[in-house]
Amino acid sequence: MFQLDAELWRIVLLSLEVSLSAVLLATLLGLPLGAALAVKRFPGRRGAIVTLNALMGLPPVVVGLLVYLLLSRAGPLGELGLLFTPGAMIIAQTILILPIIAALARQALEDAWREYEEQLRSLGAQGMQAALTLLWDARFSLITAVLAGLGRASAEVGAVMIVGGNIDGVTRVMTTAIALETSKGDLPLALGLGFVLIAIVLVLNAGAQLVKEAAQRRFG
Amino acid sequence: MSSSILPLTLDNVAYASNGQRIIAGVSLSIEAGPSTVILGANGAGKSVLMRLMHGLLRPTAGRVRWSEADPASLRRRQAMVFQRPVMLRRSALANVVYALQLAGVPSGEREAQARAALDEVGLRHLAQRPARVLSGGEQQRLALARAWALHPEVLFLDEPTANLDPSAAREIETVIKAFDAAGTKIVMATHNLGQARRLGDEVIYLQAGRVLERAPIEQFFARPATAEAAAFVKGELPWV
Repeated sequence: MFQLDAELWRIVLLSLEVSLSAVLLATLLGLPLGAALAVKRFPGRRGAIVTLNALMGLPPVVVGLLVYLLLSRAGPLGELGLLFTPGAMIIAQTILILPIIAALARQALEDAWREYEEQLRSLGAQGMQAALTLLWDARFSLITAVLAGLGRASAEVGAVMIVGGNIDGVTRVMTTAIALETSKGDLPLALGLGFVLIAIVLVLNAGAQLVKEAAQRRFG
Repeated sequence: MSSSILPLTLDNVAYASNGQRIIAGVSLSIEAGPSTVILGANGAGKSVLMRLMHGLLRPTAGRVRWSEADPASLRRRQAMVFQRPVMLRRSALANVVYALQLAGVPSGEREAQARAALDEVGLRHLAQRPARVLSGGEQQRLALARAWALHPEVLFLDEPTANLDPSAAREIETVIKAFDAAGTKIVMATHNLGQARRLGDEVIYLQAGRVLERAPIEQFFARPATAEAAAFVKGELPWV
């Protein structure tokens, strides 16, 4: 159907680079955020949780537009010159999936906290220490939250299209390439890219699931 | 270690949750020495009373006072073992090491102390086993090892054998006796009268959130002062 040539490889690798970087950043920000919301009691907590849950459904094109405005020449961060670079795509995807990872982590960690709270308080664990213990102990259930973020990042087209511009050899990723090839009428190439995308997501998810199951058998 | 954190004084302590009164004005003093057993039927408020003492719950009225004022020091010098032990997803040994770390024990000394505590409860051979795959009885002994490593002045036990079979329960009771022999003050909630007799020196009898009776163990079982306690001892639920 299509040849796995150098250009295709470049597109696949860039897609992985952008999405995995966004997942890494959103995980680093989202897990502490989720842990804080799970453990801390403060005024406005319910509102924050509802907002976070609602943000899970952020439309990618809207995120793309907002990041575009921020990074455009006249925007507040225009001087960084990031627009139409992979960096801009990473920023947009990070914003897009941060609520997903934080909200799902919050749910998992709140369940764990319900089980651990008395024991940890009895042992004298507080605040940061309790949150870190919780994150580490719930690490296998958090894989699910991170995977949901990865799924969203690798599948979305709207945000990376707007802030990346789908520039050949610079910011073209699998989803934008599929959109372009489809509109050009090159359906075999679009389909081929689609299968590669699905295969990658499938492999990553299967691997993570295996890790999770093995860990749960091992650690209970 | 400085002067004792005991006596613990409860001054007209009450606790309510969602408008429902669970503890209704309890005043008592817990002194060092005799093992104290809190007896009462399910729902009498035993667990809540112990959590108020241990500081896991705040009283809605009244005061809980220890003779030590510094909260951090107070926390380090008492421990609690729950009905269902909560183990972290790591090895048995690492669970004890974690408690020692929180207690501020220098990192070089933690492992040796943790191993000594596992020896004490007979879990040496399971030190590297993940804690959460241990049996219920083993997990409860591990919870006791975690407490043992801390050398607490006061050990609270909330129905520590309620979920265990008789032989596992006996092993737990042996360890509790070792705590007592080592000078730790035992405060235990139970509704198992045999266990109360085997481990207790004095009884606090609780019903509907009130202390109805407090007496030395022999006296409580031989001559309960209240009709309700007498009925409980006879194995009847006082309010039916």
